[in-house]
Amino acid sequence: MSKPGDNPRGWSREEMAQRTALDIPDGAYVNLGIGIPEMVAQFIPAGREVIYHTENGLLGMGPEPSPDNADPELINAGKKMVTAVPGAAFFHHADSFVMIRGGHIDLCVLGALQVSQQGDLANWSTGAPDAIPAVGGAMDLVAGVKKIAVITQHTTKDGHPKLVQACTYPLTGKAVVNRIYTNLAVVDVEDAGFVVAELAPGVDFDFVRDRTEAPIKMRSSS
Amino acid sequence: MIDKRVDTIAEAVAGIADGATVMIGGFGEAGSPIELIHALIDLGPKDLTVINNNTGSGHVGLAALIAAGQVAKMICSYPRSLNSKVFPELYRAGKIELELVPQGTLAERIRAGGAGIPAFYTRTSINTPLADGKKVRTFAGKEHVLEFGLTADFALVKCQTADRYGNLLFNKTARNYSPIMCTAAEVTVVQARNIVEVGQIDPECVVTPGIFVNRLFNVPDPVVESELVKAGTQYP
Repeated sequence: MSKPGDNPRGWSREEMAQRTALDIPDGAYVNLGIGIPEMVAQFIPAGREVIYHTENGLLGMGPEPSPDNADPELINAGKKMVTAVPGAAFFHHADSFVMIRGGHIDLCVLGALQVSQQGDLANWSTGAPDAIPAVGGAMDLVAGVKKIAVITQHTTKDGHPKLVQACTYPLTGKAVVNRIYTNLAVVDVEDAGFVVAELAPGVDFDFVRDRTEAPIKMRSSS
Repeated sequence: MIDKRVDTIAEAVAGIADGATVMIGGFGEAGSPIELIHALIDLGPKDLTVINNNTGSGHVGLAALIAAGQVAKMICSYPRSLNSKVFPELYRAGKIELELVPQGTLAERIRAGGAGIPAFYTRTSINTPLADGKKVRTFAGKEHVLEFGLTADFALVKCQTADRYGNLLFNKTARNYSPIMCTAAEVTVVQARNIVEVGQIDPECVVTPGIFVNRLFNVPDPVVESELVKAGTQYP
């Protein structure tokens, strides 16, 4: 058996983003985190209209601008230059977080350091003593958005499981994650713990279970 | 006659004293009132408490104010970024205090402060280290954290268009914290790209009504922070 972390099987980063995009319904208001989550927007199936929120104050965020269209005063939460689609709206920070904390955003897709079997999320700090703590909007998003999805590699670069019994890193929120898209599987967080909803092509359940710290079950096909 | 325009940038920041609390608009470089910050460096007050989302980039604007040793404490949500070097060094050396606040809580604390609301409860940060030591109360079966409103002695912000009453329009995502900071400071100071005649701003479109603004200074062609950082510019 190959060791955790050095498997060539499963989904690529693009395929994880693509798989996530399949679950986003027409008409959804969505906030995408930095990293792989940002890539989800380019894979929304044709015929679905999805509005992207960026917490610095824009609803209707479009893709990266062409160089002659770039404006340093039109950026996303990751401080990258973006565009505003027709029908977009700008607003101040308090209104932007009314959308988030008031439960008006349908889905947020975030990265993770660890997710626990209860859906606890750790994604803002490793707790290292020399690190500069920085939180941004992560705690507001998990506290207020209707549904929280995570995209993450199933294990760390050195093979440690990221789906754990209990997070060892400082929490972003407790019992907040609904669904996890990893390179190996789509995993739901349910009352009973982790449940595999779908396996990546070429990956079997035992392979996923061996790389998950907490108990995990296969969804029974009923 | 109401005319909030001042003739010099020194007049715009006059009165910001040692120990003052200053809100500074901007999210990264978008909306950062760099010219006003540089005037604050020239004025030179010490032991400031500064409220901003970040801690600045390179050695201009907010980063330069921190590098000048004028800031005792930062209240912010994201004190590090790609080109943020000044704050991390001082923080690791124990030379600057940090109050880390979730971004939405920071915005709501400023909004509440401006609205005369001293405190509020929120779900954000519950069961995390940022709720440690804070009062928790259950509403509708869910725990919430008590947070306090924020006010300031001065707010420094940048806008796109203003009239002499202080009615303001902003530019795209450069709006961010500025409208709420205007409401939460004793003295709000605005640098405006354009100053137009009273009546030229459509009342339906005013973002910040003039009642929240005290001083207005025209900076028609503001510097672009990322260009200064790229060029390695240091202020002063």
